[in-house]
Amino acid sequence: MTEMLTTDFMQRALLAAVLIGITAPAVGLYLVQRGQAIMGDGIGHVALTGVSLGFLLNTSPVWMATLVAAAGAVVMELIRERGRTRGDIALAMLFYGGMAGGALIIKLAPNGSMANLTTYLWGSILTVSASDIVTVVVLAVLVVAITVGLRRQLFAVCQDEEFARVTGLPVRLLNLLLAVTAAVTVTVAMRVVGLLLVSALMVVPVAAAQQVTRSFAATQALAVGIGVVVSLGGTTASYYQDLPPGPTIVVLAMVLFGLIGLLAVPLARRRHGSGAAARDLRLPAPRSGSDPAGAVPDDEQRLSPGTSLAQ
Amino acid sequence: MTTAPAISLHGAVAALGGRPVLRGVDLTVQPGEVVALLGANGSGKSTTVRTVVGSVPLQRGTLELFGTPYARFRHWHRIGYVPQRTTAASGVPASVREVVSAGRLSRHGLLPLRRRDREAVDRALSAVDMLDRAGDGVADLSGGQQQRVLIARAMVGEPDLLIMDEPMAGVDLASQQVLAGTLQQEVARGAAVLLVLHELGPLEPLIDRAVVLSDGSVAHDGPPPPSGRGYPRQSAGLAGLPDDDPALLTGQGCHPQASDDHHRPRTTAPGLLP
Ligand SMILES: Nc1ncnc2c1ncn2[C@@H]1O[C@H](COP(=O)(O)OP(=O)(O)O)[C@@H](O)[C@H]1O
Ligand SMILES: [Mg+2]
Repeated sequence: MTEMLTTDFMQRALLAAVLIGITAPAVGLYLVQRGQAIMGDGIGHVALTGVSLGFLLNTSPVWMATLVAAAGAVVMELIRERGRTRGDIALAMLFYGGMAGGALIIKLAPNGSMANLTTYLWGSILTVSASDIVTVVVLAVLVVAITVGLRRQLFAVCQDEEFARVTGLPVRLLNLLLAVTAAVTVTVAMRVVGLLLVSALMVVPVAAAQQVTRSFAATQALAVGIGVVVSLGGTTASYYQDLPPGPTIVVLAMVLFGLIGLLAVPLARRRHGSGAAARDLRLPAPRSGSDPAGAVPDDEQRLSPGTSLAQ
Repeated sequence: MTTAPAISLHGAVAALGGRPVLRGVDLTVQPGEVVALLGANGSGKSTTVRTVVGSVPLQRGTLELFGTPYARFRHWHRIGYVPQRTTAASGVPASVREVVSAGRLSRHGLLPLRRRDREAVDRALSAVDMLDRAGDGVADLSGGQQQRVLIARAMVGEPDLLIMDEPMAGVDLASQQVLAGTLQQEVARGAAVLLVLHELGPLEPLIDRAVVLSDGSVAHDGPPPPSGRGYPRQSAGLAGLPDDDPALLTGQGCHPQASDDHHRPRTTAPGLLP
């Protein structure tokens, strides 16, 4: 353990791991809340074009990826805002375009090769350079300030956008801020976790935490805790066992998800035993103008967390 | 200073998905006045309300809130809104207190929650009799309890105008009584209220005026339908309304079969349904 800590690259990798473990779930929470769990994945695909552009233009791939990913995230947010009908396909195009663009542009770069891209795709503890770590720290501090400092505001916007607008919050600005923050998080995390699995670290700790929490703040805190544990654990394992860190971290997160799930069963039983009075659960008014209320059998009218908020 | 109407909507024309939904709606709510917005399913009640809060853009017509044109209106803390919905829950657990606190953002905006905000949250929670459930997840509540939470969220900013879209739909009897009591206090405090309702029910004594929509136009604007009768029910129920109003009668056939809350199980207030 101490031996691991004396190597420069490992100190940097562990610091990066902690920051990633904090930021990825802290942002992912809002994406999950709004049913956009997959958005981090899309940003990761787009960021690949940025990485390749960085090689081509001989600038920092991390900064270039941040720029391109942020632009991609803003476009995704604008598509979401416009409405869903054609949005699905537009998003798919953006994802595939980002991936294909990245693979092609790297071929044009004078000293670029697919091998360069591979470490960005799957992550590596060897590649966090001294200059990278400064970038990562600065960006991570920004992400934490936004996701924790504006928790109530972002919660309101992701929980019920229409209501948030009527409170006078700058909803559009907050949505764009969240999109850019998610993009920054992806590029913070990509060196260690890799672009292909970055989204898992945004989503799985949140999914794991919410099995046992009842409030949003507690979910954020627990998800961040889980994120830090799995990124440190995965990075360490990858040092000793020569495993790719990204997949190791994600598998660890999945294992924790399962363990917490097992723990949650008796807990939920106890909670529901005490809340037996809440048996009259059923959906109130279904959206007007759509199907007649009676179409849903009574026993299916339980309120589920996934039920759409939109009226 | 506040003699201007709380809501002044004139000639509102709006479309959803390219389909015209409002065809020139006029709606005025004076300060302190309680107005019921009635009409069959699909007549445009929710769309009218969403136009008033700015969620649906006006194609034609004008909207003023407290005497200020909508485009220049900034005093959102003066408005409390309860959207028509299925649940207060979302993809991630949220506590009752967290959901209600969101309503207080109209007061503290991008700044952190202050002490007086916390106190207001406690007051709103106890007004709807949910203070003891403050730490519980909203997803663990019944439909009626969730509705109480959403109403507390609308009240917590201490608004001068409450806009509620079907607050009684799918709500059990106990919650209906709590809600009626809460609303009464808000009215006594001087708040104006715009209520979208299927039936007047237990709120009837509070209502000053009824506006009835039919197919995106106002079919009636005046005294609420006579005692004990919701709108629209049987022809007898319309006795107090102008007879020469054909538009009013067209919506009638849709109800009560199309009513959202028609199929509610036994928890419904006995006197409220046919
Ligand atoms: N998002 C939408 N796109 C297209 N049409 C809609 C949409 N929402 C509602 N409508 C239609 O607009 C009409 C009025 O809807 P609404 O205002 O919700 O009625 P109400 O609240 O009176 O039941 C209905 O015919 C409904 O089908
Ligand atoms: Mg409606």
